[in-house]
Amino acid sequence: MAGHSNYVPQSAAAKWLESRLPVISLVRGSFVDFPTPKNLNYWWTFGGILFFVLIAQIITGIVLVMHYTPSTDAAFNSVEHIMRDVNFGWMLRYLHSNGASMFFIAVYIHIFRGLYYGSYKAPREISWILGVIIFLIMMGTAFMGYVLPWGQMSFWGATVITNLFSAIPLVGESIVTWLWGGFAVDNPTLNRFFSLHYLLPFMIFGVVILHVWAFHTTGNNNPTGVQPKTKQDTLPFHPYYTMKDLFAIVVFMILFAYFAFYLPNYMGHPDNYIEADPLVTPAHIVPEWYFLPFYAILRAVPDKLGGVIAMFGSIAVLFILPWLDTSKVRSGAYRPMFKQFFWIFAGVCVALGYLGAMPAEGWYVIFSRIFTVYYFAHFLIILPMLGFLEKPLPLPASISESVLKGGSGKPSGAAAAPETK
Amino acid sequence: MSTMIKMVRSLAAVAALAIATPAVAAGANVEIHPQQWSFSGPFGFYDRGQLQRGFKVYQEVCQACHGLKQVAFRNLAENGGPSFSEDAAKQIASEYTVVDGPDDDGEMFDRPAILADRFPSPFPNVNAARAANGGAYPPDFSLLAKARAAQRGFPWFVFDIFTQYQESGPDYIYSLLTGYEEDPEGIEVPVGQYYNHSFLAGQFISMAPPLSDELVEYTDGSPMTVDQYAKDVSAFMMWAAEPHLEDRKKIGFRVMVFLIVFAGLLYFTKKQLWRNVDH
Repeated sequence: MAGHSNYVPQSAAAKWLESRLPVISLVRGSFVDFPTPKNLNYWWTFGGILFFVLIAQIITGIVLVMHYTPSTDAAFNSVEHIMRDVNFGWMLRYLHSNGASMFFIAVYIHIFRGLYYGSYKAPREISWILGVIIFLIMMGTAFMGYVLPWGQMSFWGATVITNLFSAIPLVGESIVTWLWGGFAVDNPTLNRFFSLHYLLPFMIFGVVILHVWAFHTTGNNNPTGVQPKTKQDTLPFHPYYTMKDLFAIVVFMILFAYFAFYLPNYMGHPDNYIEADPLVTPAHIVPEWYFLPFYAILRAVPDKLGGVIAMFGSIAVLFILPWLDTSKVRSGAYRPMFKQFFWIFAGVCVALGYLGAMPAEGWYVIFSRIFTVYYFAHFLIILPMLGFLEKPLPLPASISESVLKGGSGKPSGAAAAPETK
Repeated sequence: MSTMIKMVRSLAAVAALAIATPAVAAGANVEIHPQQWSFSGPFGFYDRGQLQRGFKVYQEVCQACHGLKQVAFRNLAENGGPSFSEDAAKQIASEYTVVDGPDDDGEMFDRPAILADRFPSPFPNVNAARAANGGAYPPDFSLLAKARAAQRGFPWFVFDIFTQYQESGPDYIYSLLTGYEEDPEGIEVPVGQYYNHSFLAGQFISMAPPLSDELVEYTDGSPMTVDQYAKDVSAFMMWAAEPHLEDRKKIGFRVMVFLIVFAGLLYFTKKQLWRNVDH
């Protein structure tokens, strides 16, 4: 990472520090001088947006913890105490709870960007796998965070999801008891979820550093999928991408603020404003919206163990994706058939999300099954075959050439007057 | 050509089915009558008079069975709420008795409530409440306006993002309170229950119709009707559930204005910076 630094220490203090711990050149090489493809579009800003949301979640979370009490007797009331009595507590909590949704909106866009432009392909497999690991930890963190207010959906969501492990043959029941710290979701469960909910974001932060390190070693992917060849193909990260990312982050903050201030409960479930009651089961137990596609896959399989395997498999398949896609061409922009299957796949994921929110009956189940099969077929059949069947479009010789030829659809002469762009 | 028409027809049928099915799933028999609320939309605010009237309805009608345990008496005098004067709120508090203690002899004792106290609940616990109400638990009012909502279904939940519809709770409570009907023919209503076409949990509700015209004396000239009582107490419950709603929307507006202006400035800065780069 430091290898890209143009930094030469000037002052005596900087020289002293650099010769002992080259932290200045490390930061400069990673986030200032780092050569970044100059053709990144706005889909690439979601990495920066995600970093912002992670930090925002950590900060609001740390302050919320100062007022929250993790105990089955006090948790629900302490959240109401935050909402009513703590100065701007309502704002902190709404930012944090909507922040979780924003995190997933951003991460899904980020993942689909990677899928479209083939960012998972060699040499970026490690970065992709680390990203899937971040996604998994995020899901765990969000799930446990949703349990903390100790509302009805908190309790019953925790019960349903932890019970999934009972499907494991022989040791399932023991594992569930171990997870709960007892024989039902209760105070020990709440306390360990709280502990882990505080821990995991810092683990995410750690894996994010590895994730960035990995693609800073290989260089960013870009919309053409063609590796930068000359210095003309790249720009220093600062000020070009710091500025572009900052603009995108502030635009994203508008969406974030719109929900946090005007629709704070839109993405929540009303039942979570009822204190947890182990004796009353809600009519429909639904997870948060960002888990719905996976929930649909879980319920699509008639067998409990099969459903659990399918649900975890739907994420596990992402780990081997770099080796399932046989096409030599990275970017979907040059893959006419892949492009269509990509959008079908995106539509299937949205449809699964919708089905996950619906009761598991009648046509909903049938469509859940069809789409679940398609989900796996996309990765296990379509992507491996496309590499052989598809005739990709000719790739540009370099990033600069693709820019001058006009990905924007302009004739090449137009780029001769850059100020008009 | 005719196959084309057939295809279009079947596609249209599938689309119609896809749209119609969630409405059925949302519960076709629950009638919701959306109301105009002063607190809806980006500039929403509570109508002080309405909250005070709603509080009066709560005190005189609902309070006998329904608690309000998250709300403190001081909240009654705070900005963004019913805005009683501090003296009025103290007076209201003093009419309630709370248990305090233990005193120096180790005894618990009753005393009049002060501003710092929260509303005492009518029953010591859920079981006592059930025992006194034929097995049905009258839920606490503090959060009810956020804890109840009829499912919106597709495509309404998409439109709600743009209309900022967040009033399904008070709409539901209003509909429930005005949703009692004479027992319809052919439907056997169980003893101790009442027919209500807006009740989420079924057609029969254990709560007797709580409101009737002229039940609560209004001194500000508002109509003393079930309709008005239902609206006022629903608005009051929304405030009880979301006491900082006005602050939230006011601050939200400033945040939005700031962010939009800031984003605009950043956009032009970025454009200036990138002006000589082909990308």
